[in-house]
Order: sequence, then C-alpha cells, then structure tokens
Amino acid sequence: MWSTRGSGSTATGSALAEPRSAQAAARSASKLRRIFDGDLWWSFRCSPVTVAAALVALGIIVGALLAPWIAPHDPFNPASLSLLDASNPPAWLHGGSWTFPLGTDNQGRDILSAILYGSRLSLLVGFSAVLLALLLGVALGLLAGWRGGMTDAIIMRIADVELSFPAILIALLIDGVARGVLPRDAQSEIASSVLIAAIALSFWVQYARAVRASTLVERNKEYVQAARVIGVRPVTIVLGHLLPNVLGPVLVIATVNLALAILTEATLSFLGVGLPPTQPSLGTLIRNGNDYLFSGDWWISLFPGLVLAALILSVNLLGDWLRDAFNPKLR
Amino acid sequence: MIAFLVQRLFQAVLVMLAVALIAFALFNYVGDPINSMVGQDTSVTERERLRQDLGLNDSFVVQFARFVGRAARGEFGLSYQQARPVGQIILEKVPATIELSFLAATLALVIGVPMGIYTGLHRRSWLSELLLAFSLIGVSLPTFLIGILLILVFSVGLGWLPSFGRGSVVQFGWWSSGLLTFEGWRAIIMPAVTLSLFQMTLIMRLVRAEMIEVLRTDYIKFARARGLTNRAVNFGHALKNTLVPVITIAGLQLGSIIAFAIITETVFQWPGMGLMFIQAVTFVDIPVMAAYLVLVGFFFVVINLVVDLLYHVVDPRLRVDRDRIGVG
Repeated sequence: MWSTRGSGSTATGSALAEPRSAQAAARSASKLRRIFDGDLWWSFRCSPVTVAAALVALGIIVGALLAPWIAPHDPFNPASLSLLDASNPPAWLHGGSWTFPLGTDNQGRDILSAILYGSRLSLLVGFSAVLLALLLGVALGLLAGWRGGMTDAIIMRIADVELSFPAILIALLIDGVARGVLPRDAQSEIASSVLIAAIALSFWVQYARAVRASTLVERNKEYVQAARVIGVRPVTIVLGHLLPNVLGPVLVIATVNLALAILTEATLSFLGVGLPPTQPSLGTLIRNGNDYLFSGDWWISLFPGLVLAALILSVNLLGDWLRDAFNPKLR
Repeated sequence: MIAFLVQRLFQAVLVMLAVALIAFALFNYVGDPINSMVGQDTSVTERERLRQDLGLNDSFVVQFARFVGRAARGEFGLSYQQARPVGQIILEKVPATIELSFLAATLALVIGVPMGIYTGLHRRSWLSELLLAFSLIGVSLPTFLIGILLILVFSVGLGWLPSFGRGSVVQFGWWSSGLLTFEGWRAIIMPAVTLSLFQMTLIMRLVRAEMIEVLRTDYIKFARARGLTNRAVNFGHALKNTLVPVITIAGLQLGSIIAFAIITETVFQWPGMGLMFIQAVTFVDIPVMAAYLVLVGFFFVVINLVVDLLYHVVDPRLRVDRDRIGVG
C-alpha cells in the first residue's frame, strides 16, 4: 500500500516540480530517493508475493474508482436493461457474447459493470468504517489515557464488554437496532451510513486500547511534563504533542483492519442486512446470485465472489507485510 | 486464586447485566409494545388500562428488574412474527446450532492441530508450503463464499450432498439430533466444514508459530543433547508447552463459532439459532432478537470464564505468581 502511494507521489511530484525552482525539484528528488533507498521499499521489492498483492489491490481500486468511465454498461439505469439479455453466460461459454464479458444476471445487468460499481461501494464502506473507527477509537483512547479515573473506567469497561463478543455480532446487532428505530422508507437511502456506523462501532475498541496504552506511557515523559510546566493548554498538549506519538501502532492496526471491514460489509450485505439490491456492493451481488445457483447460473455470484476474495487476500497480505516491516524485532 | 475467581465472576455478572440492559432497551424503546398488540380501533382508555396491567407505567428500575427475573427463567414474551413464546422457539433451534458448532470445533481441532505440528516441525517441506498457502486462503475467503463454492461443487455439480436443511432428525424429548441418521450426517458435512475452515487455519497457524517458538528454546536443545528420541522431544516436550495458548484460543474460538454459525446457517438454510436471528433482524422481531442476545451473551460469558479458569489450571507459572503475591 505504501509503495503504491509512493509511486503515485512520484508522478505528481515530478509534474509539479517543473514550474518550481530547481532547488525544490532537487529537494523532492532527494526525498524520493530516500523512499526508494529506504528499508520499506527494499523489503517490499524483495517479496514477490507483496508486489503481486499490491498490483491486484491497485487494479481493483483503480477499476472501482474509474467505474463510471470504464464500465461497459450502466447497471443502475433501468432503461438500458433488457430482459432479453437476462442470464447470459460469460463470453467464452456457449451462448455468451463479448457485449457482456462476464455474463448477465437475471435482470440483464452486466456482471462486469456491476462488479466495478460494487467494489466501489465495498471499498467506500470499508475505508469509511475504518476511518470512523480510528477517529472514535483514538479520541476515546486519548480521553481515557489522559483523564484517567472515572472516565477511563467507564470507557474501558464498555470496551471490555464489546471485546467479549465477535465484531460481526455487534455490527449485526447495531444494524438490526437501526432497522427497528429508523423509518422504513428512509432505510435504503441511508443504508450505507448505517453500515459504516455499525462496523465502526464494532471496531473502535482495538484502537482505543492501543492508544490508551501508549498515552499512559507518553503522558509521564518529560516533554509532556515540560509542556505542562510552561502552561500549554491540555487540549494542545493532547492533540499537538501526544497524538503524533501514539499514532504509529494505530496506523498498522488500520491496514490490517481494512480487509476485515470489507469482509464484514460483504458478510452483512450477504446476510441481507447490509446494502440493498438497489445499490449493490460485492456482498449484495453474491447474495443476488445465490438464488440462481440451482438454475445453473453460477457466474452471477461466482465472479463477484472471486473479486471479493482477491481484494481481501491482497489487502491482508499487504497488511501483514506492513506489520512486519514496521516491527523492529523482525528486522 | 479465590480473589481471581471472585474478580472474574464479578466481571461476568457485569457483562451479563450490560447485555440484559441492551436487550431490555431494545424491548422498551424500539417501537411501542402496545401498538404491536392491539388493533387500530382500540380506545385510548383501553390502551391505558393495558399499559397499566402490563406494568409499562412502572419505573425503569422496577421494569428492568422484572425483565431480568423473567429472562433468568427463559421467558421473553411472544415472537412478533410467529406469535409463539420465544423460549419455545429457541428451544427448538438450540440443538441444531449446538450440534453444528461442536462438530465444527472438533473438526478444527482434530485437523488443525496435526497440520500445525507438521508445518512447525517440517518448515521447509513442500507439504508445509502447500498447507500454509491453503491456510492463507482459509483466512481470506469469506465464510459465505466457501459455503457457496461447496454447494456449487458438491450439490449443483456432483449432486452428492444436500444443500439445505438438517436431513432427518431423531427426537429425544425436546432435543432433536441429526447425528443418528445417514441423511443427517450427509446434511451436516458441508455446513460443518464451512464453519470449521476459518478456525482450522487459525489453530494451525497458532500451533505452528508456537511450535517454532518452543523448538528454539534451551530445554529442547538439552533434551536433544541428552539423546532423547525425536518423538519424545517433539511430542513430550515441545507439543506439551504449545498447548497453553492453544487451549485459550480454541476455547475463545468456540464462542466465535457460535457467532459465525449465523452466516453458515444462512447459506445452508440450517434451522438453528443463527438463521432465526437473521430472520428476526430482517423482520425486526424484537423479542427474538433480545432473547438471542441474552442467550449468546450468556454463552460467551461462560466460555470466557471457563477459559480463564482453565488457563489458570494449565499454566503453573500463573498460579505460583498469584500465590506469591497473595502471601507477600
């Protein structure tokens, strides 16, 4: 993941550098060289599996981002759908055509386009959920570690209760309660927000515990005491001094969690309590196709399933690599 | 030891109360129970009388205490969807989930531990590499996708195994067992494999990592220097010491098997508690949701408690430390 971001900044960096002064260009070039000379890049290059995983993840992410431009059909426009095209097999099988490379579903939607748009939603929900969980967890962790006492006890007991249940169960429950509380007609519109909130609320505990642990260590160090002595406001100390120092482990948890968040979204959607069929994510697509498995239309659920598996596997591999690369014990 | 036990029990009670509170809040604040009981033409005074009779005007504490008391006796009211007592519905579903979960846990242990031992001992062999690649796929493939693939191959493609239901079951009082008939075994194979795959790979990776760690230690070197056979070193010394974390994780995994059974049961239309819960969530059947929550919460708390105690019994170091603290 790092490397893709690194190579991305290469392109923009060199494009922007031209109008600027030569000095700035030289500086950004040396910065780049440092990235490519560094340990991280080296350990990345030396692991072919990681490179392959990065390429697969990059391919799926780019495909998802560019979906409106590269998808051969618009699966959400009912006017472009024709029932005559329904249940076409993939192009290489008898009866398939290259108009629909991976075939069509029971309503004549192109599977390839549906996958491109679906992975867009899967990634969106996954990223947003991890981001929200991270914000929530870091904020509560800092609060618990800094304030201590009653605040700490309350936050951490809630965390303990959550931690004794698997995340998927908690996400399911929050999702189920939201269904009961929210009005029915609004549900499909805000389904993705509910889903993001449900996943984030079941994931924040890990961040909070990690941040609280490092805050407890950092708050007694001299730089914090010095800041207190010269009268820096507590808010500034926590956000300006503590936060940057406790963020390291959190970012690693976030990468490892991304695959889990995407998986949770897909699972909830597959169970029918996630994204509705009108805005299908990969999980919803698999659920739709599951009903037609027995009529022999295996491609409707298999292809989205393969893309989902490839995405999760590659993000998992990247997360593992990143965790090892940042672990000084393994160097 | 006693202090530890009391502390753990206290925590367990706290968790159970929190779970009960959530379930109670579900009952009382999601929708109006009176509205879901009476027809449209019921007068306001009639509704008010019903509200009074059902004790819905009592204070929060009184209502919560009554809820906990009823929950302890297994009374959760009537299901909105099926209009039958929730306790009765759950009692019908429990055997299916328990049989599935225990079979899956057994599979995971019986296959996962030997695979872990093998890959830990023979790190460079091609079979180890293969098993490791397989475990990576097991961790990354979503449970429901594994189920769909199995159905696709063994039900749709080959037509060997049934794709849904429990087959035929035998009744023992309230317990219904599918493990005594051939049809029942045919039906349970695919769900059990699906459910166990993730746990199996997890246990395998755990045992492997622990084996590698232990094999590096000095006492293994000494055991070899003393001329003990490989068998004695590997199984008598190394394996014994890897089992402590394995017991902990395996115990905790039993809990998540029950949670993941929701997914497997949906894929295979297995008539257990997980499927019941998903249907309850879809229909916003609050009493069933609340009852499931309390029951699963209870399972988890008991499992966590037993694992904690077991850990204490298995690992003598913990005991010694605690006792020394207690004395000094």
